Amino acid sequence: MELFFTLLYTIIKIACVSIPLLLAVAYYTYAERKVIGYMQLRIGPNRVGPLGLLQPIADAVKLLFKEIIIPSKSNKFLFVIAPVLSIAPSLAAWAVIPFGKNFVIADINVGILYLLAMTSISIYGIIIAGWASNSKYALFGSLRSSAQMISYEISMGLCIVGVLMLSGSMNLKSIILSQSGSILNWYFIPLFPLFIIYFISAIAETNRSPFDVAEGESEIVAGFHVEYSGMLFAVFFLAEYMNMILVSFLSAIIFFGGWNSPFESIEIINHYLSWIPCIFWLLLKSSFFMFSFLWFRATFPRYRYDQIMRLGWKFFIPISLFWIIIISFFIKFKIFF
Amino acid sequence: MLKLKRLFKSFLFKDLFKGLNITLYNLFNKKVTIQYPEEHIPRSPRFRGLHALRRYSNGEERCIACKLCEVICPALAITIESEQRQDGARKTIKYDIDMFKCIYCGYCEEACPVDSIVQTDISDFYFEKNDSRVINKEQLLSYGDKYELHIDKLKSEDSKYK
Repeated sequence: MELFFTLLYTIIKIACVSIPLLLAVAYYTYAERKVIGYMQLRIGPNRVGPLGLLQPIADAVKLLFKEIIIPSKSNKFLFVIAPVLSIAPSLAAWAVIPFGKNFVIADINVGILYLLAMTSISIYGIIIAGWASNSKYALFGSLRSSAQMISYEISMGLCIVGVLMLSGSMNLKSIILSQSGSILNWYFIPLFPLFIIYFISAIAETNRSPFDVAEGESEIVAGFHVEYSGMLFAVFFLAEYMNMILVSFLSAIIFFGGWNSPFESIEIINHYLSWIPCIFWLLLKSSFFMFSFLWFRATFPRYRYDQIMRLGWKFFIPISLFWIIIISFFIKFKIFF
Repeated sequence: MLKLKRLFKSFLFKDLFKGLNITLYNLFNKKVTIQYPEEHIPRSPRFRGLHALRRYSNGEERCIACKLCEVICPALAITIESEQRQDGARKTIKYDIDMFKCIYCGYCEEACPVDSIVQTDISDFYFEKNDSRVINKEQLLSYGDKYELHIDKLKSEDSKYK
């Protein structure tokens, strides 16, 4: 009986995270179209519902009713299972994200390692999708995407190593707690170069513009999901946006103090803002990073493929390694910390 | 040395921030979108769009079947047949314009001695079937009746430049 209640409680917690998450993905696509439209002096979707707010729902309904076309010489089993393989890890990764002091689904002590593992596993979905489609564009797209994700994962991991050295823990909650007290304790100050590298790598990791060679519309049509339609395509779409939201949350958590208020050290302001729930600060910080994703997409042209590889291997990995060494000296001789 | 300087400069992301600044600035700028079915771009009164046949204020149709428009039409889009009416007036019994042949040059309007055939500024019209591309006298007259006030306004706006 006790087991049953624990299970029920866990399922309720999962629903509390995943249902708002799916809604957030839907409205993130709306925000993307609006923000990019505004930056291009257009006004974006405004016909479906007031201010076009029902547009994502209309899109979802459209995708639900569309036919799923399976290419004739494709591997049907892998073709259908690939979107699932890509969305499952990006959903599962949310288990360790702490939304508040007491709200986290799985408070495991290797949270960051788990997150890195989950984001790596989602590459499989993309590779399998590209291979099972029996289409050269899909294969090119998936190869590009997997090469890019693997090379940027290294620099992303190295950036996280810097955070781990400062916090001394892999648990996301204790990483946030070690940043509490003041805005000066947030890790983006000592680790500023690592933060920049982390965020650029995160954009590359999620295959977003300006690193979207994996689906480069002008070269290889749509990349790995060129043969997908209807709900199968929507699942890939969901996975991509979920990953974007995930890395935004992660950068807010590991570099910007998670749910900590920026005014914690200033007694007077903190007194008046104490009624704000701590999840608000986390959402505020991560929505800034989510906005940056759209901002970059509206601003920068696509990188050439060899430039992406050069940036990843020749700049980001050496710089992050160098900064880790500097940080370790600082820690060893207790200069700042 | 120059290369080193350039390398250092690229680490500051100066040009990247310049680009980001432009997009952020335009985020708050005035939007240029025109909501098409409700709004139109400004259009000259001389715009040459859908044709119409006008009437005098007493209800008599203006056209006297002189066929000048048929003659001047460079695309041979206009076909006219005429007959003498009971009271001796010469009137058209057929006035067809093939809208697919028409090049919207406005010569018919210029040729007309009684300002009967005119081109309105209506640019968005369509035909649902291929054979409905030829619009006949009744349709042209009905456009004229429907938009008479509008046509009158357009022509008086344009008259001082003629």
